[in-house]
Order: sequence, then structure tokens, then C-alpha cells
Amino acid sequence: MNVPAAWYLVLAALLFGVGAFGLLTRRSALIMFMCLELMLNAVNLTFVTFSRSLSDIAGQASVFFVMVVAAAEVTVGLGIVVAVFRQRASTSVDELSELKG
Amino acid sequence: MAPVATLILLLPLVGFLWVLMMGTSLKERVIGVAATGVVALSFVLSVVAFFLLLRHSDREMTVHLFNWISVGTLNVPAALLVDPLSITMCLFVTGISALIHLYSIGYMKGEKDVRKFFLYLNLFVFSMLLLVLANNLLVTFVGWEGVGVCSYWLVSYYFYRDSAASAGKKAFLYNRVGDIGLLVAMFLLFHATHTLTYLGVFHAAGTLSPTVATLTVLALLLAATGKSAQIPLFNWLPDAMEGPTPVSALIHAATMVTAGVYLLVRMSPVLAMSPDGRATIAVIGGVTAFVAATIATSQKDIKKVLAFSTVSQIGYMVLAVGVGAYSAAIFLMIAHAFFKALLFLGSGSVIHSLGGEQDLRKMGGLAKYLPLTFPTFLIGWLTISGVPPFAGFFAKGDVLTNVFEHNKPLWVLGVVTAILTAYYMSRLFVLTFRGTERFREVTHGHDPHESPWVMTLPLVVLAVLSVLGGLLDLPWAHGRSLAGFLAPVLGYVPRVAAASTGAQWGLAAVDVAAAVFGLLAAFSIWKDITESSRYESSFLEHVWHWDDLYDATIGRPLTEAAVFSDEVLEPQVIDGAVTGVAVATRNSAEGLRKLQSGFARQYALAMVLGFAVIIVYLVARVH
Repeated sequence: MNVPAAWYLVLAALLFGVGAFGLLTRRSALIMFMCLELMLNAVNLTFVTFSRSLSDIAGQASVFFVMVVAAAEVTVGLGIVVAVFRQRASTSVDELSELKG
Repeated sequence: MAPVATLILLLPLVGFLWVLMMGTSLKERVIGVAATGVVALSFVLSVVAFFLLLRHSDREMTVHLFNWISVGTLNVPAALLVDPLSITMCLFVTGISALIHLYSIGYMKGEKDVRKFFLYLNLFVFSMLLLVLANNLLVTFVGWEGVGVCSYWLVSYYFYRDSAASAGKKAFLYNRVGDIGLLVAMFLLFHATHTLTYLGVFHAAGTLSPTVATLTVLALLLAATGKSAQIPLFNWLPDAMEGPTPVSALIHAATMVTAGVYLLVRMSPVLAMSPDGRATIAVIGGVTAFVAATIATSQKDIKKVLAFSTVSQIGYMVLAVGVGAYSAAIFLMIAHAFFKALLFLGSGSVIHSLGGEQDLRKMGGLAKYLPLTFPTFLIGWLTISGVPPFAGFFAKGDVLTNVFEHNKPLWVLGVVTAILTAYYMSRLFVLTFRGTERFREVTHGHDPHESPWVMTLPLVVLAVLSVLGGLLDLPWAHGRSLAGFLAPVLGYVPRVAAASTGAQWGLAAVDVAAAVFGLLAAFSIWKDITESSRYESSFLEHVWHWDDLYDATIGRPLTEAAVFSDEVLEPQVIDGAVTGVAVATRNSAEGLRKLQSGFARQYALAMVLGFAVIIVYLVARVH
């Protein structure tokens, strides 16, 4: 079965849009993290798609970098979320506005 | 010769350093004697140097001490120039200074800080000797500044009195204005001749362009007006009378104020290049002599009268320089040093006997109480009035004869000044020594007492010198006396026509008539009154409102500018700019901080929108 590259790209765009929409609309830090992961993976999908269609391995190599960075980011981010939750029993980012001008 | 000349210069410095190092452990008497001793020794060595110089064939010697400055083409040696002019100056500077040091021992007895007084006095003599002995303009300038600063210290010696402190400042500031003239003259000469040594400058003087020569002469004139108290910078000298009387005698009559005249005479080869410059000098001198003499007729303070008389007499010297009669200027300078030191020390003796009173209205009838001061003062008075055969008659006659040959209007002014001189000195004399006794209130009924011998001895010596000073340069012996001695170092100014013997007798008769007229006028007016608004106009008493003029044109505008700076410029413009920047920063920050809402999703939205804009831009650019 040979799925055209355009389909993958449409899927990636949809995933990215869903992630961005969630990031902007949801208040919970955890959900926002998941949305962020969704966006990153949407981008990964485009990388792989182009890598395949252009027969260039560089795109797939970039995906590994993105995954590594995403893993590290989640580790730090979840740590912060846990720490914040312990402090105020909530993960709403709207309440985290101590540094506003 | 070299060691002698060096020692002349260094002895007062040694005295200064010794007293300085010994601190307060020395007795007052010892300090006085030591300070007097070094200056007296300096005088003895000057006499030795004089005779050595007479034996020397070309009468001009440079004593090289060390190289002071050597930068590019600027080479300034620390060297002394021993020639007839500098030795003449040395002789009378050290001689008069020694006498005044001796006098000071008596006069300053019991004052609070005698050590300081003699320190300054010795340093002053050193500076003066440096000034006259230097072989280049820069070293002269060092001495020039030295005498200026010593004068400042000594004028404000009683610094706890406001008037003395401000008089010192005034003297210093007026001198600074003159110093600019000397600096400018040095710049001009160095630019034109690439040297600052006198002999080098004189050698190249012939190549100076008329403009440069005139500018240099005018700059030198400015320097001389500052140091020698000529119009327009003469007002500091009368105020300088706030210092102790020996200082007035030493600095403000006999030595320092002659530095300006000395400088002009020293630079005579440059003066010779600029007839316009010399004409200006002559006018300044003549007008100063006249103006100061008019002011002296209305002063009520005995020292003020003498101060203005000094200004007037130096005006004569400057006038003589202006018409090219350099040796006459030096002759009058020496004679003036004798009789003005005598008059000042005599007035000091009078003031001493009255316990510090200086007001002429509170004197009178002192002749019989001061058996030594009175006759010596009498001689000083006759000398300055120009009565023959005293020194003043010959010196002033020499000046006026030369002026007569070159410039008739200035000669008339000079003769009028001579009448005024005789008049105001006779007024001073009558009010002090004759008439009714008006001092009882000051002395609490006691009789005034004559001063101790250390004070009267200098008076006697100076009186003898005043009587015999004319012998230095008798009119019928020009060429064999002072004028002939000085001639090799003086710039050549062509004589219009040497006055014939008959003319000289005529001029001498005019001088005598002027003196006698002044004397008689003063005696008939001041015989039995002590003050009269008819003869003492307030215009003259207030120095032609000269200080008020400076106050109105310079002092007050500058004060207003300072107040304006303080009240408007500083708080509004300078502070305004600084606080303006701060306020603008704070206000803009107040507006911008609202962007930092603290809502993470808002930031995310901003990023999305930003990306959207960028993408739209990029897409639009591709198509």
C-alpha cells in the first residue's frame, strides 16, 4: 500500500492544529504538556514524510534530536508541575502569575 | 664669578630652608638675626660681584647651573645672567631688603607668628633675585610667580581680618591677569625665535616682524601693569597696605613692584623693534602717574597716600621706558627704592609710636616726639618732592628731560604730576608732624615714643642714601656713571635730539618750580586744618570709582552669571536633562509592563500570532 505523502502532511497539520488549539484553550498544565507533545510529534511526522519522499536521511536524524529534547523537556516540565501541585494543589497555569508586570 | 653669583641667589633660600627645618625651636630673635644675616651676606656678595664684573672685559657672563627642560627645540637651562643690569638690580634689592629685614626685627617684635613672617620674607628675596638673575624668560617667570605668591602670603599676613584676607586675594588675582601677558609674550617669542634665553631672543630680535614685535611688547606691558600696578591693574597695590608695614616697604615700594619695569627694561632690544608698543607704554605710564597722584591728594590713611605715590612713581618709570630712556627708568627705580623705603619705614615708625593708628586726622605735631623719625622722614619728603640736591630731583629730572625730547604732551602731564607729588607729600608731612596734637585719644594721653635702634638705623641709612643717591647719575656725567654702566645691555632707541645744556637748565628750573609750587600750596592749605571736603573730593578718595567700575563691568555680571547658573542652569537644564531621562524611562516602563500579564497562554497566543505573521510574510515574499 502506497499512501501519498500529502496525506501524511495533512495528518501532521491536523495534529499540529489540535495541539496548538489545546495549548491555547486548556488551563491545566498537564493537558498543555500533552498538547505540546502533540505539536512536536506532528512536526516529527512531517520530517519523516519529507525524508522518505526526498530519500534524505537527514530528516529522520532530526527527528531523533527532537525526541531527545522533548523527553528532557518533559522530565523538567513534569518536575515543575509536581512541585507546583505540592505547593497549591492545582495545576492551573492561570494562577501562576506571580511574575506579571 | 660663578660661585659668587650662585651664592647671591641661594643664600636667602638657605635662610628660608634653615628656619623652615628648625621649626619652632628657634627664638624669635635668632630667626630675625639669621634672616637678616643671609640677606646682608647676599648684599656683600653682590658688591663683590659688582667689582668682579667691572674687571671683566665684556661685562656679560652666563652661569650655567643645570639643564632644566629639554624637549624638542625647547631648551631651557637653569642659568644665571650676570650683567650690569642684573647686578644693579641685585645690589639695591639685597641692600634695601637687608635694611628692611633689620627693621622688621623691631617692628614685628611681639607679633604672633614672627617665624612665618621671616620665612616669607626670605623666600621673597630669593624669588626676586631669581627673577632678576635668570638668563631666560622661563626662569624669570618662576621668580615672577614666586614674588607674587609671597606677596599674597604677606599681604594677608593678618588673615583673621577680612580686609587683609580679601586684599591678599585681590593682589593675587590682579597679578594673575598680568601673568597671562608674560606667558603670551613667551609664546610669541618662542614661536618667532625658537629660544627663551635673553641673549638668544635679543640676537634674533632684529628678525621679528613689526606685528609680532608690537604684540609681544603689548603682552609684556600687560605683565608689567599687573606686577608694577599700572593702569588698568593698579588697584591691588593700595589694598596691599593691609600687610605689615615692612612688607609694604619691601614688596610694595622698593622691590617687587619694580619687577614689571625691570622686565620691560630687560626686554629693551625687543621694545626697540616696536615704536607703537613703546608709545603705548609711555601713555600708560604717564596717565598712571597722573591718575595715582590725583588720588593720593585725597587719601586719609598715611599708608594709602604712600601706596598711590608708589603707583605714581612707577608710572614715571614706565613712562621713561616708553620713551626709550631705560637708564633713567633704572635710575629712578633705585632712587625710588631709597626714598620710598625710607618713607614707608618712617610711616611704620610713626604708626608704631601711635600703637597702630594710620589715620592722618589722628596725628599731627609728632615732630618733637620722634627725634630720629622726623628728620629722616623730612629728607624722604624733600626727596620725593623733587627738591634739589636730593636723589629724587636728579632721577625725576632725568626722566622728564627724556620725555620732553620725545613727547611734549606727556611731559606736561609729568610736570603736573610733579606738582601734585610735592603737594600730596607735603600734605602728608604737615598732617603727620606739624599742627596740633590730635593723637592723645589714640595713645590714651601718653607721649608717643621713638622706635628702637633696629628700626631707626635703617631710616638713617636710607636717609643718607636718599641724599646721596643723585650721585649715581648726575646729568653732567652721563656715560661715566650709571647710564654708561648700563648702556651695553640696553636696547638702542634713537634720540630725537639730545637736549642742550641750556635746555637742561631750563627743564631743571621747571622741575624745581613745580616742586616749590606744590610745597607752598600744600603748606598754605593744610597749615591749620585737618580735613576739608573742598580739597579732598570723594571722587578722588574713592580712587576715581575704579573699583566700582570693575565691580559693575566684571564683578556684578559674573556674580549674576553665577547666580543664574546656580538657580536656573543647574537645577533646570542639567538636572532637568538627567531627571528627564529617568522620568521618560519610568513612564514608558509603566505602559510596557502591562504586556507582562503573567498568563502563559496569552504568551503562547502572542507567539502563534507572531509566527502567523512571519509565515504570511514569507509566503507573500515567495509569490
